[in-house]
Amino acid sequence: MKVVVCVKQVPDTAGGVKFNPDGTLDRGAMLTIMNPDDKAGLEAALRLKDQYGAEVTVVTMGLPKAEEVLREAMAMGADKGVLVTDRVLGGADTWATSTTLAGAIRNLEYDLIITGRQAIDGDTAQVGPQISEHLDIPVISYAQDIKIEGDSVVVERQYEDRYHVVKAKMPCLITALSELNEPRYMTPGGIFDAYQKEITVWGRADLKDVDDSNLGLKGSPTKIAKASDKVRKGAGEKVTLDPDESVSYIVDKLKVKHVI
Amino acid sequence: MDFMLSKEHEMARALFKEFAEKEVKPLAQEVDETEAFPRGTVEKMAKLGFLGIPVPKEYGGQGCDPLTYAMCVEELSKVCGTTGVIVSAHTSLCCDPIMTYGTEEQKQKYLVPLAKGEKLGAFGLTEPGAGTDAQGQQTKAVLEGDEWVLNGSKCFITNGKEADVYVIFAITGTVEKRGRMQKEISAFIVEKGTPGFTFGTKEKKMGIRGSSTYELIFTDCRIPKDNMLGQQGKGFNIAMHTLDGGRIGIASQALGLAEGALENTIAYVKERKQFGRAIGAFQNTQFQLADMATKVEAAQLLVYKAAMAKATQKVYSVEAAKAKLYAAEVAMEVTTKAVQLHGGYGYIREYDVERMMRDAKITEIYEGTSEVQRMVISGALLK
Amino acid sequence: MNLEEYKGVYVFAQQVDNEISSIAFELLGKAKDLAKDLNTDVTAVLIGSGVKGLADQLAEYGADKVIVVDDPELKDYRTEPYAHALASVINKYKPEIMLVGATAIGRDLGPRVSARVATGLTADCTVLEIGDFPLQAVPGQEQLHNQLLMTRPAFGGNTIATIACPYNRPQMATVRAGVMQKIAPIKGAKANVEEFNPGFTPDNKYVEILDIVKAVTNTVDIMDAKILVSGGRGVGSPENFKILEDLAEVLGGTVSCSRAVVDSGWKPKDLQVGQTGKTVRPNVYFAIGISGAIQHVAGMEESDIIVAINKDADAPIFDVADYGVVGDLNKIVPKLTEALKAEIAAAK
Repeated sequence: MKVVVCVKQVPDTAGGVKFNPDGTLDRGAMLTIMNPDDKAGLEAALRLKDQYGAEVTVVTMGLPKAEEVLREAMAMGADKGVLVTDRVLGGADTWATSTTLAGAIRNLEYDLIITGRQAIDGDTAQVGPQISEHLDIPVISYAQDIKIEGDSVVVERQYEDRYHVVKAKMPCLITALSELNEPRYMTPGGIFDAYQKEITVWGRADLKDVDDSNLGLKGSPTKIAKASDKVRKGAGEKVTLDPDESVSYIVDKLKVKHVI
Repeated sequence: MDFMLSKEHEMARALFKEFAEKEVKPLAQEVDETEAFPRGTVEKMAKLGFLGIPVPKEYGGQGCDPLTYAMCVEELSKVCGTTGVIVSAHTSLCCDPIMTYGTEEQKQKYLVPLAKGEKLGAFGLTEPGAGTDAQGQQTKAVLEGDEWVLNGSKCFITNGKEADVYVIFAITGTVEKRGRMQKEISAFIVEKGTPGFTFGTKEKKMGIRGSSTYELIFTDCRIPKDNMLGQQGKGFNIAMHTLDGGRIGIASQALGLAEGALENTIAYVKERKQFGRAIGAFQNTQFQLADMATKVEAAQLLVYKAAMAKATQKVYSVEAAKAKLYAAEVAMEVTTKAVQLHGGYGYIREYDVERMMRDAKITEIYEGTSEVQRMVISGALLK
Repeated sequence: MNLEEYKGVYVFAQQVDNEISSIAFELLGKAKDLAKDLNTDVTAVLIGSGVKGLADQLAEYGADKVIVVDDPELKDYRTEPYAHALASVINKYKPEIMLVGATAIGRDLGPRVSARVATGLTADCTVLEIGDFPLQAVPGQEQLHNQLLMTRPAFGGNTIATIACPYNRPQMATVRAGVMQKIAPIKGAKANVEEFNPGFTPDNKYVEILDIVKAVTNTVDIMDAKILVSGGRGVGSPENFKILEDLAEVLGGTVSCSRAVVDSGWKPKDLQVGQTGKTVRPNVYFAIGISGAIQHVAGMEESDIIVAINKDADAPIFDVADYGVVGDLNKIVPKLTEALKAEIAAAK
């Protein structure tokens, strides 16, 4: 059984956020981590490796620096790493990203593709389902439990007030919730081994069945019109009013902020 | 000369840091308060290979270098001095001598489970009358047939009652050295549960209160002849060489404590307000922090240098002694200043620096006091 | 793609168990605003099995037209038949705007459909408006008018971005529940219903639902709570936490507390916020009778909105509060609960 896991190197949002002049993210200037939902997806794949001997290949798209998350994934136990990196892929929205990743995954053998539900930088939750569409395979989003039954996968698919137990024939794509599991740590020896392994690096030319018009900033249907840091809060307002006025003051503020 | 850590080392540090923050820090106060050995943490570390970092893979270890191991102890100690010393005593004082002096059979039987963390190790040299003066040993081992019979006691033993495998030193005879009769010391591997091997009092300590510090008592304790570690009569050398490595572990612990106290203090002085501004805005605070940070980094360089020396040199006694001497004194100084900068809050247990200051003191004492380190260093200078 | 062909504001009218989700009505409210600016009308797309009877409700909330895709394959939500239904509607009717709820269904359906019809999708929008792209005219670039400008937070709320989809249609957006306002229902409104069935042929992408398990709500972890009503020693007694619990209930929030409260044995440790407790970042954090010691603030300063009520005007909690009220919590909190109850009832 072969499992492909898509992971993303994301800025640690605790470390502050920086932009390029064109409104896209200056990823190079921020501290980075493996996206938490992706890490849960990787853990799910590694459990399939523990249980069924699955071969786990980790794929990421990003700057050359994104190699780090592949090393991390391998230090946790993944078998192979593929880095998709090319200048022409920069500034991609979810459409262009999913097109790129699908183009890379077409080169790989897979029974199962696992992605995280969403990345903590974009929070879009789109890339997983979009990859499945490009590859024309079923998707099961929001997986909170994954089991293999013969040539099918049985997943608990979470909704707001319920879950569905869903069965799909492989190949299939699953998006994982960080609540799915507690990802394992790397091991010290695993880290040193991971740096001994080869990482496959693919550029634009290695992507299969992908049109240039669907890649990078140019191939992104969505365009950033404006981006800004949220204004950091310092001390806010402080009022001293009688109880009734205090109540109206708070109610008004909650209304303005759409809390009620 | 390159002061940059490799990517592997950086990633290993990130791992140790994440583990320390998530798994160790939340328990640090409780471990100190209740003086309870953090068994759960040890089991988690075992699973991740933290108990066999410098042990080769063929013996169940992680196959990493001494620097990686030092960084592990450092990061653990940043949040919990107890957890740091548990790993240090196990690795440096038990795995390391078996790895260096053990026979293949001994390695298979003891080192493999130790490195995998299935068993925990300890080291018994100190006796009530033999601290810095290791020659003052009283514990005796007498060969009777196929067995050594041990009688005597060891005190202040880290991982005391919690360990499974002990490296124990005992007198096996006398030898003439430069015209004087001297005790001949040998090393042994003793398993917990061996008849005649019992535990005495549990020590109540100022700091590192969760590490299980016990007296070990041997009363006609019979161990197989094959459990002698290294050659007969080489015990003193084995002990001294083991302690050279151990000092790198303790230096790392001291370094971690100093770093932890510094980090806590930096966060605190940014938040704490007096006279209408953060105390970090006062120049006294700033200068204190500058001195603390400078010394911490100097200590780190000495510790890392000693760890690298262990990887590349046969003898690294002086490097280890300098690292331990300096790191321990910096730990004491920095944690004391950290408490002072915290003011009244620094003296109460809710704030970690209070515990760190208590934990730091032992680093100037065990595995060779600062005075012993100065003897080692000056001895090499005046040789 | 001839962008001119695409007309109208469309809403995916999510239903579960043949009951229309509130989000559908909220989206219709917003769609009406957008349609007015564009001088066009609002169409709801209702997908399910045996759902035609629900169409009038959509009219009551502002749908000028309802396209119903009704088929047994659409009984319970599954990605493929729903994606096929919605993508087919888009291909046939060519809407210029397609709004979908950012629900567990919409966040699966939206991306799959957007990929199928080859357009952009902006997730979790908080503001939708019609405007120009680029916002300001740029030499050498044509400024397009009547574009959907979609504003959304990113990076866990650290940044705000406004996104456009100028060269593809439809312009698709998902919107979280509770962000947009429904209109007051037009009682007795009748839908202009158009039925459409693109045909459903099960293939490997039609997954099989083996079981549906409806959740029983269990106790909320304060780290997951969207609204926290947190009390400190100033609350005075364990019994007096009742007034905080009442406030939390009205807002659908959860009660948490400071360390002093746990140490006094008033509340269990798992409700403690702070350095030695839990770190929380709810949408709204009420700090009531909490002085704001550093270790407490460290656990809650990332909250989106912090409302503090404390009788001590110099309490450090006011340094981090967005809205600080100096006063007696015993007088303010019960009145606040009543006022919010009235507001929420009026909004329904």
